[in-house]
Amino acid sequence: MNPVNLWLGRLRWLAHPLALAPLAWLLWLWFADDLTANPIQFITHKTGKTALNLLALSLAVTPLRRATHLTALAPLRKWLGLWGFFYASLHLGIYLVLDYFFDWQLLWLELREKRYVLVGFTAWLLLVPLAVTSFKRSQKRLGQSWKKLHRLVYLVTPLAVIHFTWQVKSDYREPLVYGAAVAALLAARLYTRYSKT
Amino acid sequence: MKTTHPDAVTPQKLYQNRRSFLKTAGNGLLAAALTPALLLKAGRRMAGEETLTPYEDITHYNNYYEFSTDKVRVAKLARNFTTAPWEVSVTGLVDKPATFSVADLVEKFRPEERIYRLRCVEAWSMVIPWAGFPLSRLLQEVAPTSEARYLKFVTVHRPSEMPGLSNKWYDWPYVEGLRLDEAMNDLAILATGIYAKDLLPQNGAPVRLVVPWKYGFKSIKSIVSIELVKRQPTSLWMAAAPREYGFYANVNPDVSHPRWSQASERRIGEFRRRRTVPFNGYGDQVASLYEGMDLRANF
Repeated sequence: MNPVNLWLGRLRWLAHPLALAPLAWLLWLWFADDLTANPIQFITHKTGKTALNLLALSLAVTPLRRATHLTALAPLRKWLGLWGFFYASLHLGIYLVLDYFFDWQLLWLELREKRYVLVGFTAWLLLVPLAVTSFKRSQKRLGQSWKKLHRLVYLVTPLAVIHFTWQVKSDYREPLVYGAAVAALLAARLYTRYSKT
Repeated sequence: MKTTHPDAVTPQKLYQNRRSFLKTAGNGLLAAALTPALLLKAGRRMAGEETLTPYEDITHYNNYYEFSTDKVRVAKLARNFTTAPWEVSVTGLVDKPATFSVADLVEKFRPEERIYRLRCVEAWSMVIPWAGFPLSRLLQEVAPTSEARYLKFVTVHRPSEMPGLSNKWYDWPYVEGLRLDEAMNDLAILATGIYAKDLLPQNGAPVRLVVPWKYGFKSIKSIVSIELVKRQPTSLWMAAAPREYGFYANVNPDVSHPRWSQASERRIGEFRRRRTVPFNGYGDQVASLYEGMDLRANF
């Protein structure tokens, strides 16, 4: 067996502490009273960005596994996806509870008026069924439809990129990098899919 | 009352300032600020109902793209910015064009304390005790001609000290504009200090505009040139994103911005959001400037 694959299998649990690192860092900044003058906005942005990063990384797992034949990478797709959902939920929770403090009148206005809010919320909603059915048991029970359902991630990640892009003030370089990366990952999947048939 | 600029201010001057304040203080904020009750509450200064934003926050949460687009990095990157010597030229359609050093401005126009709310277009706000003087006094000095309709302000362009200028996405230097009657309004000031200290580079040292009824980006920093012109100038933000940033940029909760809802704001240091007020609460002093204008079209 490929020794790299063997080591990857032994070390892949490190993905969990690594995925927790951004949260640990935010907690550290909180205790150090260093969350900027506008802490709620700061943690909203950081959790959102982390969710996007993890979702994009989750999408990268399968193309990378195919290209390298490192099968030990496979579980990372689920783990990173779930961690992405975890941060997306934190992001939404901070927005609802800390930022707007259940001010439904203002929230409703935002949802109606701000397309980025609508798109972000839709992306999160679409992640819920994926997170709920991400365990082996559901996978077995759902069979072929599980695969179809989980293709939603190819919709969710671009939505997350759009959600990000619409909030950037004029200088689109950073969202363009995300957009290009996600587009490349989608293209990689489409390529393997259609080159096979 | 407490005058906070280090310059000596005569009692008569105080009296006059106080009167002009009371005259213009519509919502009671400024009036309250000038009553003897400048309270110290839990280490924070109060101005009537408003709590002044701490100096630390004012000086470490800055939108100043010439240094960085990251609000918390600006203070550090701006630390060694040279603010003296500094000259501001006032030119264009004026009878007496002139160049002022900052020392001239302070000597001539005697900055006084003005406590204003600052509402950023990004939906956060602060309460800042500026030291400044009415822009109208500078304008009276240079005597605009009858042709002059607008002011065009320009920020210094100094790539050697402003790393953000390497961002070619924006059409530097930073430019802003006001209509002449807006500039003549008593609320419009040129500020040289905050909390009785000289401005720090991250806050627009050594001299900046403050127009508190408009979104913060109108209050251009580190000014080197003021030109009186006939036609409406195009600001940097109007050029960068014309659908999002208009010339007027008056605080208006009813005109939505594509990114941020303008209906509410977070006051720095507070937990609950506040509802945003038209003209940032200064409507009784400035709304008449826009009579008959469609403020949705002229955003």
